[in-house]
Amino acid sequence: MLRFFLSRLLTFIPTFIGVTLVSFAFIRLLPGDPIIVMAGERGLTDERYAELQEKFGFDRPLAVQFWEYLTGVVQGDLGESFVTNRPVWDEFFALFPATLELSICAIIIAILLGIPAGVIAAVNRGKFFDRALMSTALVGYSMPIFWWALLLIIVFSGNLGWTPVSGRIDLLYFFDDVTGFMLIDSLLSGQDGAFRSAARHLILPSIVLATIPLAVIARQTRSAMLEVLSEDYIRTARAKGLSSGRVNGLHALRNAMIPVITVIGLSVGTLMAGAILTESIFSWPGIGKWMVDSIFRRDYPVVQGGLLLIALIVMLVNLIVDLLYGLINPRIRHRE
Amino acid sequence: MSLRQILATGSVLAALTAGTASAQTLVYCSEGSPEGFDPALYTAGTTFDASSQAIYNRLVEFKTGTTETQPGLAESWEVSEDGLEYTFKLRAGVQFHSNDQFTPTRDFNADDVVFTFERQRLDDHPYNAVSGGTWEYFEGMSMPDLVKSVEKVDDMTVKFVLNRPEAPFVANMAMDFASVLSAEYADAMMAAGTPEMLNQAPIGTGPFTFVAYQKDAVIRYSANADYWVEGLPKVENLVFAITPDASVRYQKLQAGECHVMPYPNPADIEAMKADEGINVLEQEGLNVGYLAYNTTVAPYDNANVRKALNMAIDKQAIIDVVFQGSGEIAKNPLPPTMWSYNDAIEDDPYDPETAKAMLEDEGVTDLSMKIWAMPVQRPYNPNARRMAELMQEDFAKVGVDVEIVSYEWGEYLDRSRALDRDGAILLGWTGDNGDPDNFLAVLLGCDGRENSNRAQWCYEPFEELIQEAKVTTDQAKRTELYEQAQVIFKEQAPWATIAHSVVYMPVRPEVQGYQVHPLGSHIFTEVSLAE
Repeated sequence: MLRFFLSRLLTFIPTFIGVTLVSFAFIRLLPGDPIIVMAGERGLTDERYAELQEKFGFDRPLAVQFWEYLTGVVQGDLGESFVTNRPVWDEFFALFPATLELSICAIIIAILLGIPAGVIAAVNRGKFFDRALMSTALVGYSMPIFWWALLLIIVFSGNLGWTPVSGRIDLLYFFDDVTGFMLIDSLLSGQDGAFRSAARHLILPSIVLATIPLAVIARQTRSAMLEVLSEDYIRTARAKGLSSGRVNGLHALRNAMIPVITVIGLSVGTLMAGAILTESIFSWPGIGKWMVDSIFRRDYPVVQGGLLLIALIVMLVNLIVDLLYGLINPRIRHRE
Repeated sequence: MSLRQILATGSVLAALTAGTASAQTLVYCSEGSPEGFDPALYTAGTTFDASSQAIYNRLVEFKTGTTETQPGLAESWEVSEDGLEYTFKLRAGVQFHSNDQFTPTRDFNADDVVFTFERQRLDDHPYNAVSGGTWEYFEGMSMPDLVKSVEKVDDMTVKFVLNRPEAPFVANMAMDFASVLSAEYADAMMAAGTPEMLNQAPIGTGPFTFVAYQKDAVIRYSANADYWVEGLPKVENLVFAITPDASVRYQKLQAGECHVMPYPNPADIEAMKADEGINVLEQEGLNVGYLAYNTTVAPYDNANVRKALNMAIDKQAIIDVVFQGSGEIAKNPLPPTMWSYNDAIEDDPYDPETAKAMLEDEGVTDLSMKIWAMPVQRPYNPNARRMAELMQEDFAKVGVDVEIVSYEWGEYLDRSRALDRDGAILLGWTGDNGDPDNFLAVLLGCDGRENSNRAQWCYEPFEELIQEAKVTTDQAKRTELYEQAQVIFKEQAPWATIAHSVVYMPVRPEVQGYQVHPLGSHIFTEVSLAE
């Protein structure tokens, strides 16, 4: 197991360097000079332009800029935002818990609903329930997040008044961040009703963010289940007279889980992408909105640092997924 | 949680849970996060709303709802004969806020004013490089060239010496970058090794004290109980609920989760006006959207050709389609809320027939031109691509073939500065300081060529008028000069002036005393909430 773990970890290094290079290049490949964008309609003199170029270090060769960035990254220094002048690292960790909290809720919803839906659809293959579930999943998968979020807000917050429109907690409550997770901090604050308010604020954004992963997980579970259900050992199990619940739940589902876990791992990338829009609509103070704003402002340090950190998280989750394969299926870890 | 925060929490809770909840806390659904809280470091209106307008004061202030100036932290000022020396008498008994790291030991005085400007002006000032200061607005308003020295005459008197006479200087002193910071706080933070706190935990003399900020979520303020204007501010707490999406702001306003929202979607305005639970305030914005010809390139170096093209544009159609009614036709380069706006000028009529004949008279046939359409939305032009398409159709009617071009925003701004730029460009301007010079000199003066003067226009009679107005301190005389300049502009037509946007501000009915500010700031000092 240790060898398996180390070999997986080794593949991390080239990926990391690649991601660092891509995140550095990405923002610089976008057309648009950050200094000109900053000056806007007013414009600026050539003299002033040169002065600002020097200040931000854009006058040096790209290779030098990259080398400095890389050495900074290795030492844990991602630079400072051009806009707020605060360390990228600090900004990221102030905002990341909000994104993480939302993503965890979304993925829990997606797993709790998606896997049972996929199993039920597979067991009832071709029947009405299967078709209804799978077409709903297709709709969910193709839903434009922006439209879907606004629809939910208008119906549940506007017309019915069941949920708040946006934000993380009612403005009434005001306490310091301890963990950055509103559900936990609201409990710690001891203020009456704070937890309830935080939970209510999470409902709509979690549903919106969960929609696409939910659809993907349901479809993947169904097809993996179908494949496993046609295997000989399942027939044998049935022939032995095991109950269908035991056959489906224990024998089939466990073996169908490998592709499902892969999809859940990959969903983390989808969640990060979905978080950008979801956070913007629900005024959710997370890293999605932070990244978008920074791209528009051509805030190089934030874009490259933020991309790098997000990529690291996605890589980390996929590493965990790899390790889970090994746990679920011993053949995988022994082959390595 | 610090004591300050507990107290603040207590007061917010008390305010919201007591029967008079809404009478105490005003919630503003702002459109974005501020970049920081030291206004001199930034240029965005969103930042100014959260910092300079709520927390600070300036020597000179704009009268709310107008571009006229009035005394602020300076009780009065005098200008020397030669227009080179401005002496400000400061207001006594004005106190700075305190926070858990700082309590002022003295009232506001000349040291604070000197500190405020010298840190922006002098490269070797200890605060010059703090928080990556580029002092964009101070630079943009040419203050480094203009100001020769800032001198403390005595505790309550400050003298600015200029390198050249410049009448708009007083208006500049009312701008956000001129917000006065505490020199004592700056010293304390420098001594503590945390100079960046000046930007992160702001201390000012303004109507509201800063309580807390959570990026992309909420900013909290409480009323400054010692505010130097009696009876202000009128609410006890001010909260900015940061809500980037306009549709969501609208939902929050309807649901009562906020009292005031800026920047509604134009498409929602009709529904808002019909809603009894919302009052929609409106005013023309201090901006202008225009099409600038390149006046150095034939045939656009001929005023008659430019005039003819202007007559071919159906501006009303543009207002209806592009602005969806939330704009009005511009006949002058100055917006109507600006003093010295010349209302006597008549706009060129929309007359394609005459336009065509005029072009033929000038020997211009088979003309093909480029129109540059901006890739971004601005208040003065919500959809440049659509506007360019409408102009394309209009110009086709007078036999001019138009190709629409566009670039990424940074590229667009950069390339359009070139003296030999091929084509006319759609662009616009939003006023900085409520002074006509800020439009006419910046956008149409000879010095602005290859930069903010996108028409590359340099016309001696016009230039003489605006230069004279710049050095004249008598406002009546200046008004006269600017009125004449607008007449010349109209005759020479370096631009087709298209539109001024209308600013809409939806508020809940209990909001009293809110005034739309022509300079675009959102100010809550005089706002109260009815029971």
